Amino acid sequence: MKTFLVLGAGTAGTMIARKMAHKLDSHDWKVILVDRDEQHYYQPGFLFVPFGWYKPEQVIQPKRKFVPSNVEFIISDIELIEPDKNRVTLMKNKQVINYDYMVVATGADIHPEQTEGLKDGGWRQNIFDFYTYDGAAALAKFLNTWQGGRMVVNVVENPIKCPVAPLEFLFLADWYFSKRGMRNKVELVYATPLSGAFTKPRASTALGELLTRKNIQIEPDFMVGEVDSGKNVIRSYDEREIPYDLLVSVPTNMGAEVIGRSGMGDELNFVPTDKFSLQSKKWQNIFVMGDANNIPASKAGAVIHFQMDLVAENILAHMTGKEMPGKFDGHALCYIESGFSKAILIDFCYDVEPLTGTYPLPAVGPFSLLRESTINHWGKLAFRHMYWNLMLKGIEVPLPSHFSMLGKNN
Amino acid sequence: MAPRTIAGKTVDFNDEGFMTNPDEWDKDIAVEIAKEEGILELTPAHWKIIDFCRQSAVETGKAPTLRAITTGANVTTKDLFTLFPKGPAKKVAKVSGLGKPEGCV
Repeated sequence: MKTFLVLGAGTAGTMIARKMAHKLDSHDWKVILVDRDEQHYYQPGFLFVPFGWYKPEQVIQPKRKFVPSNVEFIISDIELIEPDKNRVTLMKNKQVINYDYMVVATGADIHPEQTEGLKDGGWRQNIFDFYTYDGAAALAKFLNTWQGGRMVVNVVENPIKCPVAPLEFLFLADWYFSKRGMRNKVELVYATPLSGAFTKPRASTALGELLTRKNIQIEPDFMVGEVDSGKNVIRSYDEREIPYDLLVSVPTNMGAEVIGRSGMGDELNFVPTDKFSLQSKKWQNIFVMGDANNIPASKAGAVIHFQMDLVAENILAHMTGKEMPGKFDGHALCYIESGFSKAILIDFCYDVEPLTGTYPLPAVGPFSLLRESTINHWGKLAFRHMYWNLMLKGIEVPLPSHFSMLGKNN
Repeated sequence: MAPRTIAGKTVDFNDEGFMTNPDEWDKDIAVEIAKEEGILELTPAHWKIIDFCRQSAVETGKAPTLRAITTGANVTTKDLFTLFPKGPAKKVAKVSGLGKPEGCV
């Protein structure tokens, strides 16, 4: 009996475990899925929590609900991965799992302790994050009674999960304070280490214009060196200071600590991975999916969806000594919630930046690209249902894996 | 993409001002790009970082991120900002003839 091991039961791990259990002959293969947490989080939903949109059960569900019966599911922390020995040791009962193939899908988390002063006095007082459910819920409570002032959203360093989320947060804040009749009492500031609103030129221009239109100030090239929660200022390495009354921080994102402990990661504990095949650069029987790898694609659920089929194909091909057919093109598709029941859609890949045009989707679309529209907003909201009811349950989602120029203006 | 003449050589740059072929790079070009970026003189401390970035790019095929530089070249973020003000990772990548660091996707 051979073992196919999946570390991490988030979006990528849950989906690939199900897929491989379906594809591999159960007489020869056992599929094991390991995660330390009983709860599955719909992370894109965290964005809405501070503004009182979602109840906990809309973004948190038991992981077991999405693990099929032909996958053995173990809840435990991982003590050590020894890829040279094809062996993983769990914390629980020091159980040792010897694997033949492994998918690492251990995700990424925020690390506020990486920034000087970020976790000092102000943390969860007037400094919050929205990348954890707890942080987003605490911020909701704070905003509920906030009388206004200067709200600064600060991205500490890249890469981060969902690079557009900080912008969406600002757009939603603009809408939220308007709705409460207090927009004139709130100053909105975006401090980013990037030179503009976004990483790719055309989207950066379009989103930058939207920030201006919504009266949101941007402080570009701001690399935070220190949070001074005594004085309520953030200070950059080049000595610029931004005062805040409320700081919403997107702290440094890092891969799982066990990746670092096991000597498998880069300086941020992300696993060096071939950007086309998703195979580990060092170990042929290890594939790395979702946020855990270091490929230059967005860390986002849609990206995982686009990786899924081709990684499964690659693993099966590699098992039989064939050439791996699947080539990931870096495809990302993101709805950017822009407030007032509108959203922008961007669709891009390794080689093509987000462009204007339309995104065709039979029966529902077309969605407009790089431009605000109401249908995009409904697309964004529909995604949550699609996630819980289709994606995680292995039901086909009608979004083609490969990037296409169809409908795009260039 | 547009070629232009720098330090007496014709070299390709992309729209964002990064060289497109690291093999076309040499130290004279580095000095000229540095000047364009407002760094009037490249000191041994600058060269230590540039050398690290060039070497890192040979090994990984891409320009290192800010964190990769501070970890790998054993320099503090603060010092890096003093040497290459405003966006040091991008600035070093430019001066070193490499592409835009992929930290920003």
